[in-house]
Amino acid sequence: MQVTLRIKRFNPDVPEFQKPTYREYQVEVEPNDRLLDALNKVKWHHDGTLTYRRSCAHGICGSDAMRVNGRNRLACKVLMSELGTKVTVEPLIGFPVIKDLIVDMEPFFEGYKSVKPYLIADDAPSAGERLQSPEERARYDDTTKCILCASCTSSCPITWTNKEFVGPAAIVNAHRFIFDSRDQGAAERLRILNQRSGVWRCRTVFNCTDACPRGIEVTKAIEEVKRALLFDEVQ
Amino acid sequence: MAYHRFDAVIVGAGGAGLMAAIQLAGKANIAVVSKLYPPRSHTGAAQGGISAALGNVEEDHWEWHMFDTVKGGDYLVDQDAAEILAREAIDAVLELEHMGLPFNRTPDGKIDQRRFGGHTRNYGEGPVRRACYAADRTGHMIIQTLYQQGIKHHVNFFDEHFLVDVLFTEDGICCGVVTREIKTGELHVLHAKAVLIATGGFGRVFKITSNALAGTGDGIAIPYRLGVPLMDMEFYQFHPTGLYKLGILLSEAARGEGGILRNSEGEAFCARYAPTLKDLAPRDMVSRFIYQEIKEGRGIDGKDYVHLDLTHLPEEVIDQKLPDITDFARTYLGVEPKKEPVPIQPTAHYAMGGLPTDVDGRVIRDEQATPIPGFYSAGESACVSVHGANRLGTNSLVDLVVFGRRAGRHMLKYIQENSLPPLPREPELRARAEIDAILSRKSGIRPVEIRMAMQEVMMDKVSVVRDGRGLAEAQEKIQGLKRDYASVAIDDRGQTFNTDLLEALELGYMLDCAEAIIVGAIAREESRGAHYRTDFEQRDDKNWLAHTLVYRTSGGIQVRKKPVTITKFEPKERKY
Repeated sequence: MQVTLRIKRFNPDVPEFQKPTYREYQVEVEPNDRLLDALNKVKWHHDGTLTYRRSCAHGICGSDAMRVNGRNRLACKVLMSELGTKVTVEPLIGFPVIKDLIVDMEPFFEGYKSVKPYLIADDAPSAGERLQSPEERARYDDTTKCILCASCTSSCPITWTNKEFVGPAAIVNAHRFIFDSRDQGAAERLRILNQRSGVWRCRTVFNCTDACPRGIEVTKAIEEVKRALLFDEVQ
Repeated sequence: MAYHRFDAVIVGAGGAGLMAAIQLAGKANIAVVSKLYPPRSHTGAAQGGISAALGNVEEDHWEWHMFDTVKGGDYLVDQDAAEILAREAIDAVLELEHMGLPFNRTPDGKIDQRRFGGHTRNYGEGPVRRACYAADRTGHMIIQTLYQQGIKHHVNFFDEHFLVDVLFTEDGICCGVVTREIKTGELHVLHAKAVLIATGGFGRVFKITSNALAGTGDGIAIPYRLGVPLMDMEFYQFHPTGLYKLGILLSEAARGEGGILRNSEGEAFCARYAPTLKDLAPRDMVSRFIYQEIKEGRGIDGKDYVHLDLTHLPEEVIDQKLPDITDFARTYLGVEPKKEPVPIQPTAHYAMGGLPTDVDGRVIRDEQATPIPGFYSAGESACVSVHGANRLGTNSLVDLVVFGRRAGRHMLKYIQENSLPPLPREPELRARAEIDAILSRKSGIRPVEIRMAMQEVMMDKVSVVRDGRGLAEAQEKIQGLKRDYASVAIDDRGQTFNTDLLEALELGYMLDCAEAIIVGAIAREESRGAHYRTDFEQRDDKNWLAHTLVYRTSGGIQVRKKPVTITKFEPKERKY
């Protein structure tokens, strides 16, 4: 099938694209091609200057999050058959654009790092593993799936205007440890998320949950962190 | 150009690179370079598990794991290294747990374990539950956990820096690397006492592959160009179960949990070839079983694929233990694995070969195992060799944590005992010349034309089944493509995030990897593990119980043999 990709271009090195400009490309695709396959066709055969991040090409490395027909998707996890014959592709919003579909991820990773996203525990046994029941393990299973693609954070309207807000992805990764029975850093992380930049900026819009390509119940995770703060307990 | 000085530089931020970095963090001034962001590394794509003889669910011993590794590798494994792998796997897995890795658990709270191909109890009696796992995203949890530890230990990350050169002194001591900062196009010289190459594999030389687009062999092609040998490159693993046409991996855990391969007649054909282990025979064998079924007309609808049948598994096993891979089948093929079988075909998956190293990650230069001072490699880019002619499932993750850790520890000792070697004059010159040549070329051949031709010929002539004539054809083709590459031309001449340029450079690296694979495959006139030749169908221990070292020299390409280290297990015929 013939599709038209309408791609938002920006390139500081090229006068033509120094102001963001939409450019259309016609490509022949199979219905079960990924959008990434279509972008590769443009780049490899028509216009090598088109620029985007990509790596694993099957939805687990988190490189190719972008705005597709107005929704945040991974280009490698959306098939052309879902998108119609005219597809608008834009960079994630809420982050500075470096070139074409590439945004500056540094603010995103800064938010992630700010919640201490690592196990805090000083009780590793000298022999064997720490014990954790299957139920305790299941408590935080959902939030271990995060691939740090920024789809959720970029879909959140609060992050568009409030640059202080750590954003949903950072909270998801805090949740992953707060509710891990082995972790001893919950109080520390909850204190961080109780600040002006933390969970109270969330207005429960649910965009994040809709945007997550891993199916994580992001809004639920945020609510659980809020509840832990309100009721002073981690359940 | 920017200049930086470090004690050690680690290139590649997958499992091996990060594991090494964690050994050095806080004790030395180090940098970790990645052309991606670290959690995007391809370690994250590993699914099924990481083996260690913990014995949490049934009796197991590291000696059994060592034996399976040696036998699985068709006796080309260096047994001193396999012993280290199997022994240290236990402690390495526990260390990952202590770092916070969320393993699945047994009812009594220990790390749960499951079956995997080629892993057996009591030296081959039957399958054993040895693979520790986190659902079917074990690699994802390893890369996340190690990146988290990197953040905790304030590791200095050079994210989105692309490797363009490795530097050596005139005396052959490694003294740093040159990178291109992807965002700006600026060249950086990272001057260091020690360099670890942990850049992973090069599956993208083949048309159908489970590998990321980033798997282009950068870190091994550059040293190869400079005269460092590559070892056992002819051994390239095709994983039996890639999604049809796409090559996306469906973990062996699917068969470990009870999944069955079926041909067009619905027959569970693996049982015919491997009566004991059946679907859990090693990957090289299962890939050949599939090839044989297709050749004999029992592919589905007469085509080049067979079915992976999970329909008899309990729904909760699929939902809790195999959620990601069943989601891949739904997303990409529109197949519901709970109700219908999944079309699969073998997919290029893993390089057993690479930079030859000793058990401390030191890259060696010859058959006497002479180390190159300051130069290290670990993970898929390295060949220790613990995988021999065929890697067992889960052993790649064991390899990268065990030998990443050992390399990091040895580097720490090395940098404490040695001073900073001098840089060559104008260290960035070679890289700059290569980049400028491509950027300044006005017209020529598009990279995609060369790349697709390479991937086609490698798939047709150099994959699961090979023969001398096909290999010679492939060699001629790759030589022609290398000539074409001298006139490769791109559209993007800018400095900002020029991925057009990077893809062209990656193509150059891949052509070198392809060349080395073919040279090794032509030289090795036998069939062993993943290297199967119809013109030499038998394993030939008399002549070929040896590693190959491929050198590029001024007088052409040379192949030399390096002896295999045998300690506990004498080579035997491999039956399952």
